[in-house]
Amino acid sequence: MITLAHYIVFAAVLFCIALAGIFINRKNVIVLLMAIELMLLAVNVNFIAFSRYLGDVGGQVFVFFILTVAAAESAIGLGILTLIFRNRRTINVAEIDDLHG
Amino acid sequence: MSWNDVIVLLPEIFLTGSICMLLLLDAFSDDRSAMGLHRLSMLALVLTAGLVVWGHGEAATSAFYGMFINDTLAEILILFSILCTAIVLVLASPYLRQRRIAIGEFHTLTLFALLGVMFLVSAGNLVMIYLGLELLTLSSYALVALDRDSRLCSEAAIKYFVLGALSSGMLLYGMSLIYGATGSLDLATINAAIAQTPHMTLMLIGLVFLMVGIAFKFGAVPFHMWLPDVYEGAPTAVTIFISSVSKLAAVGMALRLLDLGLGNMGPYWQQMLAVLAVLSLVIGSLVAIVQTSLKRMLAYSTIGHMGYLFLGLSAGTAFGYASAVFYAVAYSLMATAAFGIILAMSRAGFEADQIADLKGLNQRSPWFAGMMLIVMFSLAGVPPLFGFFAKLLVLQAAIQAGMLWLAIVGAVFAIISAYYYLRVVKVMYFDEPADDTKLAPNSDLSLRWVLSANALVLLVLGVTWSPLLEWCLRAFTS
Repeated sequence: MITLAHYIVFAAVLFCIALAGIFINRKNVIVLLMAIELMLLAVNVNFIAFSRYLGDVGGQVFVFFILTVAAAESAIGLGILTLIFRNRRTINVAEIDDLHG
Repeated sequence: MSWNDVIVLLPEIFLTGSICMLLLLDAFSDDRSAMGLHRLSMLALVLTAGLVVWGHGEAATSAFYGMFINDTLAEILILFSILCTAIVLVLASPYLRQRRIAIGEFHTLTLFALLGVMFLVSAGNLVMIYLGLELLTLSSYALVALDRDSRLCSEAAIKYFVLGALSSGMLLYGMSLIYGATGSLDLATINAAIAQTPHMTLMLIGLVFLMVGIAFKFGAVPFHMWLPDVYEGAPTAVTIFISSVSKLAAVGMALRLLDLGLGNMGPYWQQMLAVLAVLSLVIGSLVAIVQTSLKRMLAYSTIGHMGYLFLGLSAGTAFGYASAVFYAVAYSLMATAAFGIILAMSRAGFEADQIADLKGLNQRSPWFAGMMLIVMFSLAGVPPLFGFFAKLLVLQAAIQAGMLWLAIVGAVFAIISAYYYLRVVKVMYFDEPADDTKLAPNSDLSLRWVLSANALVLLVLGVTWSPLLEWCLRAFTS
């Protein structure tokens, strides 16, 4: 029997993998974009599980909005990515360090 | 849905329609300087502001089943956001024209971001908060990347994008947990449900994630890493927008989420805000001292200022909230003037963003040196300027809420931060100009007028600040 707790733990694990993908990643920016998508999917799992558990459709409606915004977000992210590649000929995270932050 | 709902939403609907018209106009016109587009954008802003004032009644109204709240808080934040956007558009036009950056896209993206702010600060539901926030931030990412051939711009854009998306993800995760614990997305219902929820642990974890998201948007320490890079790398015209309008939006978002949605968990988030405030004050003020880039220095000073704003929020009283809103308004007007002067000094190929670039400004252009003097003194909090009263009010709110030690930290770091503002003044007035071919302010007339008016407003409001404070107080007492 799969209970609510299973879904919550699953979403938490997904979320942690996404965080690790963002912070540990030293290779390239596309992996960062993938990690961000994964993070939003973890949130979606949470919303759907709670929505089903509570018998309230609000959470599922929210998921539709998140999916739509995520699509727009990756469009902008990939746009910036092509810009970086055009200006620098690399998308390696470690080499994007002109601004010393 | 009824016509009353539509009337409450009229300013937003009007602005959306205008932006669509402007997009079409930009696509089909071959006017390279885009003067017509610029004038129409300004007209749209004025009319939207008129509709906001006209549609605002004494009592708070809500529309679309509580999705959208029209109250005094929303009115203040929207009107000042429109004002700051108008300033940005006037200042940006000559800047963008000289650098051949897409001027039509700048206008439409800025207006879309403003639309996001309008939805965000009047949101009554978690969905609306998220949608307003994303409309604002997605437009901001594109704005930062607008200078396509600049290496720094694209780097700043990707950093802003990744960290902004990360913070949105955190915020959403927090929202999902709070939804699970209370069973509602409506902020007022969430607040009512807190008292009898059996899932307090879930609520607390959700609150922590929410706070991380909010702190990211403000740029409070330890979630400030994106801020100096974005301020430095973005075109100055965009930096003005991010430093002013985004902060007004952030304070609106924080008040909606924390006061309206989680007011009954006050003791928890007030402590978190107090910690964030102290860290921001310390790191912001100390790191700003060693900066050589003026834009970076102002970025770290922003972090410090957000610390003061958090002092007001963490007081958790009506006066505290009012002082935080007052501080956000004061800060956004100072930011438009400070970055506006950097913009006015720059021209294609010379950004004037180093402190050393301002050497001897007083000999080259006494008027602009005087304006910069006012802005720096106001940022430092020298009486009787606007910034002084903003600081005074948040410190007063902290003391009234029994957080004397926070107020003391705030006062100490106000003195420390005065050092780096005064250093700019010293460079302008007592250093010899390094190269006399540079450093002539932009000759665009409307830019000069707007910038001067903006700096002088800091002086005027420093003397007549009480009506603004009463207006802010009315947002939280009625």
